[in-house]
Amino acid sequence: MGILLKKKERELVVPGEEIIKSMDYLPGRNCFREGDSIYAKRLGFVSINGRVISVVPLSGVYIPKTGDMVIGEIKEVQPTGWIVDIKAPYDAYLPLAGIKEFIDTTKTDLSRVYDIGELIYARVASVSGTSSVHLSMHDPRCKKFKSGRIIRINPTKIPRVIGKMGSMINLIKTSTKTRISVGQNGMIWFEGENEELVAKAIKLIEKQSQQEGLTDKVSELLKAGSKGDKNEKD
Amino acid sequence: MKLQTQYLIRLAEKGVRGDGRKGEEYRKIEIEKNTIAKAEGSAKVKIGSTEVVAGVKMDVGEPFPDKPDEGILITNAEFSPIASPEFETGPPDEDAIELARVVDRGIRESGAIDMKKLCITPGEKVWMVFIDIHILNHSGNLIDAAALAAVTALKHTKIPEYDGEKVDYENKTKPLPLVHLPVTVTTAKIGNLYVVDPDLEEEDVMSVRLTVTTKEDGNVCAIQKSGPDGLLLEEVEKIFKLSIKKGNEIRKL
Amino acid sequence: MKRIDGRKEDELRPIVMKAGVIEQADGSAFVKFGNTSAIAAVYGPRSLHPKHLQIPDKALLRTVYSMAPFSTTERVKPGPSRRSIEISKVTRYALEPAVFLEEFPKTGIEVYIDIIEADAGTRTAGINAASIALADAGIPMRDLVAAVAVGKINNNYIVDLCGKEEEQTLCDMPVAYMPRTKQITLLQMDGDITLDDATKLIKLAIKKCEEIYEIQKQALKKRWMG
Repeated sequence: MGILLKKKERELVVPGEEIIKSMDYLPGRNCFREGDSIYAKRLGFVSINGRVISVVPLSGVYIPKTGDMVIGEIKEVQPTGWIVDIKAPYDAYLPLAGIKEFIDTTKTDLSRVYDIGELIYARVASVSGTSSVHLSMHDPRCKKFKSGRIIRINPTKIPRVIGKMGSMINLIKTSTKTRISVGQNGMIWFEGENEELVAKAIKLIEKQSQQEGLTDKVSELLKAGSKGDKNEKD
Repeated sequence: MKLQTQYLIRLAEKGVRGDGRKGEEYRKIEIEKNTIAKAEGSAKVKIGSTEVVAGVKMDVGEPFPDKPDEGILITNAEFSPIASPEFETGPPDEDAIELARVVDRGIRESGAIDMKKLCITPGEKVWMVFIDIHILNHSGNLIDAAALAAVTALKHTKIPEYDGEKVDYENKTKPLPLVHLPVTVTTAKIGNLYVVDPDLEEEDVMSVRLTVTTKEDGNVCAIQKSGPDGLLLEEVEKIFKLSIKKGNEIRKL
Repeated sequence: MKRIDGRKEDELRPIVMKAGVIEQADGSAFVKFGNTSAIAAVYGPRSLHPKHLQIPDKALLRTVYSMAPFSTTERVKPGPSRRSIEISKVTRYALEPAVFLEEFPKTGIEVYIDIIEADAGTRTAGINAASIALADAGIPMRDLVAAVAVGKINNNYIVDLCGKEEEQTLCDMPVAYMPRTKQITLLQMDGDITLDDATKLIKLAIKKCEEIYEIQKQALKKRWMG
């Protein structure tokens, strides 16, 4: 059984495809059980963690999860909070209680805090079963973006942009001397010395996310890029 | 109405239906012929409290170029807002269109009307048969009621006199050449129970339904699967047989 | 029996299937059976407006089938027709059993199917494309949906009718099928055939759907394996 499963690891499966016929394993994310078998629910690569079988999807829109950091755009200012577009099927709500500052609504116009069109880096505080998403700014990472730039990639590629224990994103940050905030919803903000190179690196990751040796490729790109930069300065 | 849904599914597990009928049992069918004097043929069909009127009007027109010696059949359905709080004014929605097209297919494909006999001058003039279906009360299973009303109306249609120029609607003598009697039977699946003639409540609960039109010789002329679930081959075969059986019973009415 | 285009009775037309053909869409596919071509695009799950359309406990699957004006000999008038409205509806019911709609309450998943070239079997080509596009969009599904039309000419059961055959056939029966769950999700027929014919034709369609399913699977895998 072990050998059989080894072969299955990282195998590309389509929805409805049987991954394994066994009661010894549990269906994890993007999988389901029917009878004795575990099937893929989404297109993606099989991933096995102990007894849990899941599928790492290759495509799909962002579905908010509690604890995710997301980049959102203020869509509407309401009397006691903000409606935020987080590029998900559901709009998110940032209540007044979700921000750090104390605001007296009788004296301060909420649009002075966050106005329509502004971008924020927020944490998903809760996702209720009936699809209402609440945001919070109570996290040291949270902020409002006043400058810099944004790119959007498919949210399923975000884990690769971050890398194991943040290895990939730290590689990009240090070699480009750029500040980067990654939203799980596929939105990435960055600002610094070499923004063009950051954009290139992220696009490379998105395009080749399922290929081997991605870290090496990115690191090569970054090396070549920063050299070119120095030459220009000389 | 989750509660009612669960109740009906629980009942279905015991093989019972909400109104006490058996799975293979239709509600009471009442047929009234020629209810509308001005129409060339008409019928009112009641299945339980579902009520449908079909009227046939005829006119002379040009044949289709690919069938120059055949009459023309046009079927239309109106879901008037009087019949259900769910019906809205405006052009026919997808349900009304589907119903009309399924009824049309049953009549057309079975060869119920001898279309060649409706030719007046080949390539120039043929009889056009308009079947208009009007829903008076929607209490479920509109398709079977509409199909039955349409065929009954055709059965009692008299062709008006035509002198080559004008249609004389005051004088109708010749019966429409109706050679077959297609009957449409709809079976719905609720839980694991198959029920013919689903009523309104059952239509809300059913996962899938299959509408099968059969002829007196047992041939199948039209099939339409509807609803957000699938059916196994065995289930389809079972429903086919049931449709033929119920079709024969209804044809005798 | 030799068929009009030289095929065997149970032979499909040359098939092309490709996933991921529209960059802007969340998922997309191109499907070609002989001279019938369909493109499908999927958008969503995304927020659904107007609000009264939202379903509290599941996503709304919307399907729109339309034929390009130049797809047939006689120009197709643009905009929905009675035929296209009915096909849109049966297509929705053909796909819906495959999709875990309950995972995205209140949202909409939209499937657009454009027929670019029509030589019979457009609804089934559209369903094949839509099913690939849904999977390509990362939508959770129970299975892929494969579809084909079958018919009967001179006592012969034939598959994947072309336009000329559609004029001769005793019946035209489009079938959609989920090979894993063995469920028939689209079943229509017009014609005049015996019960035995009908059953045999469905069985034949199922067999061919299993073949088509393998091609759909390959199209999806090819996109991501390069």
